Amino acid sequence: MDSRHYVIIGNGVSGITFARHLRKGNSQARITVISGESPFFFSRTALMYVYMGQMKWEHTHPYEPHFWKKNRIELLHAWVRTLDFDTKTLGLESGETLNYDILVLATGSKPAFFGWPGQDLKGVQGLYTKQDLDSMEATTSKPIQRAVIVGGGLIGIEMAEMLTYKKIPVTFLVREGRFWEQVLPEQEASLIQKHILAHSIDLRLKTELKEILADEQGNVRAVVTSKGEEIACSFVGIATGVTPNVEFLKNTGLSIGKGVQVNSYFESSVPDVYAIGDCAEFAQSPGPGRRTLEQVWYTGRMHGETLAHNFCQKPVPYQPGVWFNSAKFFAIEFQTYGVVSTEPSEKPPFFYWEHRLGKVSFRMELDGEGKIVGVINLGFRLRHAFFDRAIREKWVGQQVIQRLEEGVFDPEFYAPYHLEIQKAFQDQFGLAISTSKRSFLQKIFGARL
Amino acid sequence: MRKIEIIGLILFIVGMSVFTTLPFLSQYRLSEELLRSQVKDIHRDQLAELMQPMYGQTYPSTYSFLTAYSSFFQPYNEELKAKEAWDQVIWDDYGFALAKAAMDGPGKTNPWISLGLSIGLIVLGGILFNFSRQDTAHASLAHTGVFHSTLKNGGLLGMLTGTYLILFYVILYWFPAYLAPLVWMVDPISQFLSGGPASQWFLYGLVYTLAIGVMGVRMLLKYRDNRYQQLRTASLIFFQTAFAFIIPEVLVLLNKPYFDFKNIWPLDYDFFYDYQLDTFISSGGLGLFMLIWGILLIVLGVPLFTYFYGKRWYCSWVCGCGGLAETVGDGFRHLSDKSLKAWQWERWMIHGVLALAVVMTTLTLVNYFTSFSLLGQVTNQLHSFYGFAIGSAFAGVVGTGFYPMMGNRVWCRFGCPLAAYLGLVQRFKSRFRITTNGGQCISCGNCSTHCEMGIDVRAYAQQGQNIVRSSCVGCGVCASVCPRGVLKLENGPEEGRIHEFPILIGNDSIKLRS
Repeated sequence: MDSRHYVIIGNGVSGITFARHLRKGNSQARITVISGESPFFFSRTALMYVYMGQMKWEHTHPYEPHFWKKNRIELLHAWVRTLDFDTKTLGLESGETLNYDILVLATGSKPAFFGWPGQDLKGVQGLYTKQDLDSMEATTSKPIQRAVIVGGGLIGIEMAEMLTYKKIPVTFLVREGRFWEQVLPEQEASLIQKHILAHSIDLRLKTELKEILADEQGNVRAVVTSKGEEIACSFVGIATGVTPNVEFLKNTGLSIGKGVQVNSYFESSVPDVYAIGDCAEFAQSPGPGRRTLEQVWYTGRMHGETLAHNFCQKPVPYQPGVWFNSAKFFAIEFQTYGVVSTEPSEKPPFFYWEHRLGKVSFRMELDGEGKIVGVINLGFRLRHAFFDRAIREKWVGQQVIQRLEEGVFDPEFYAPYHLEIQKAFQDQFGLAISTSKRSFLQKIFGARL
Repeated sequence: MRKIEIIGLILFIVGMSVFTTLPFLSQYRLSEELLRSQVKDIHRDQLAELMQPMYGQTYPSTYSFLTAYSSFFQPYNEELKAKEAWDQVIWDDYGFALAKAAMDGPGKTNPWISLGLSIGLIVLGGILFNFSRQDTAHASLAHTGVFHSTLKNGGLLGMLTGTYLILFYVILYWFPAYLAPLVWMVDPISQFLSGGPASQWFLYGLVYTLAIGVMGVRMLLKYRDNRYQQLRTASLIFFQTAFAFIIPEVLVLLNKPYFDFKNIWPLDYDFFYDYQLDTFISSGGLGLFMLIWGILLIVLGVPLFTYFYGKRWYCSWVCGCGGLAETVGDGFRHLSDKSLKAWQWERWMIHGVLALAVVMTTLTLVNYFTSFSLLGQVTNQLHSFYGFAIGSAFAGVVGTGFYPMMGNRVWCRFGCPLAAYLGLVQRFKSRFRITTNGGQCISCGNCSTHCEMGIDVRAYAQQGQNIVRSSCVGCGVCASVCPRGVLKLENGPEEGRIHEFPILIGNDSIKLRS
């Protein structure tokens, strides 16, 4: 059996998923995971919950410390500083070196900064690493007058929620005309914006950061916006996206674009060097409508699974299935399956329903033949398996709506939104469909619509 | 903090102080008449003579009264034991009965005022406090801050609360005489419900029911946008109030046996004790019905309901221990140990207790039907061991007293033999499971953190595997706290319930066994 030394740089979800699956398929290989960020794999997505006192740091660890020993995955808490591909040697910050047979780069991302004046001041930061969490906790450990968040996406709203927990007033600068414009159509964005305002966030659309001003000690004192306004604040959260964390890989002979350039087998330009997760940039889009940089939790995991498979069995190209994603904006959950256009025109047709209280919505996009291509749901939960199948098998919209009850994933006794959706669909398309009924128990005990 | 919240808190603290102080504001004076009214025929003359020196004396505290009582009673009893005059030894503990009879103090002279200023203020303060606290956040955001709380994260306040609860249980089980001053103030309620005087158990039952009620209101408000949580909380309040508290008392009023129709063996471990069986058989049609009802619950109720709905039908919708855990204990649920080690302990302990209960009950029944006297001694000793170690120490002192240290389900997870039985059915023959939503899990760990049973829910969710664990009580909090809509409690076909080799949806490259 293959007993080569696999070295993985980065202990995020892609690197660790790779290591775990490699071990499952290969009991001989030597596996080493190097990370300077944290000794153990933790769930980056839970950083906000640690800040809000909903979890402790150790709760973010999906595996107990004994797991690594049992699975003979060696963990090295160190920063890699040099890479020599000819001798297959890594140089660590401590001066030690490490040899590999196979190198897997899973170095993730880092917050994107766009060269704003003052971006290096104390109190300016992104939120990506454990260290970012620590510094955010330090900056906001004492009451501060105001925080400014820059960037209308997922990390931005998470930071706003975190600061709100500490009762710190937040000004939220969003460059675009609406929240998360790249993903949310107008109606959904406006629903979320109302929810943001309801949490007393000072939301400023079409407003950019221009400059960050310092006080005498080099701390943040205020920001200046593109509209010329000066907003006094002691904390600036930069959430304008992420960029592959590949700085230390440049000038090593590795071919780097935005990220480490790889083919659909995750092979880089250097033999025996692979890249997965946020830091990998595909030569070609891995699937219809998919980006060459895939920077979400789920894709990182899939990259790791696939590459591990390729070392254990007959290699296959990476081929993701139907797109899906999820998020949460304060109390409102978001899910999406398939592809939904953010600027829907009259054609292809789409269906949109919103609950009268404005906290629940459902959108289904259809192609020219009336077949489902994607959905976005806010405020209620849909079943992944159901929509994966419907989209894969190209069900017509009518069929999806008719069977929608199967596709709902809300807890028992929740309001049966699918009934209203079915009615609204009938009204919009003038199609007669057989609708679901509430069971006797639901009628008595279930939540009202 | 807002005004109403502060008022609630002050009322609560005043009430707690009065409740705690009342036992110290009493004095005791025993007379021969009183003593004779409290002890059994066979002990009457002997004790009346023994306690002669106490008559007419005023004892300023429970402690001095009990010390005096023991100083006359113990030497006499010890002497009999030394002589091995077993048939003359007085096994009964008259401490509580005599203390209650001999007591004089505010609880007795002004029961309603005492009750109002202690339990009344606690209830009122609790409700005011809860009402004002729970009106902002959405249920899924209601868990923020628990690890920043000194009460909820094992800080000083948590330790103090735990210590208070432990002391309360120790006194309740082993030194009930100290509660006599409090028992007096609930006497009128007991007289109204059952026509008889209150015991320490009546006081406990009342406090227990009110605690579930007040903290149940808190749950209803906290989860006002979660109908599942509301329904099961309402159900718990109902079963505690009606089945565990009121109906048994009313049965006594009607001269029927005291019986809790929802308590099931082996949690109800003395159901098959000889004196229980005698009571059922000698109480006519209703007594017989109780016996048959209790047996039906064991052989049909548990397997059938658990098959259809999982063990949650009992543990988090009906049970009294569950009722307290889910209401009073809600703020401590995240303190349960999630480690693999804890799970290993859990399986040995809970099934060990189940085995013990089964052995003890079998012996009891064999003894009952054969009247075999040697086994009789063994069963009696087993009974007192089980009652002490499991019934009192484990379920009470550890089970509740350790809420602020080990979470709210210590007893249910490590000790309850009925939970073990329900769990076996749930694991091997049930339609209940927690479904994982395809590939949507982000491994954040909220589900595991807030699982009161210490199940590492994330370990399953992140590999797309349904959760089918014997310990899951179906409280539904994992589904509520999940930020990505990944978990759903469901009853469904047995086919496909257990994923031996789960597959995460979304990656077409390979079909991988997670």
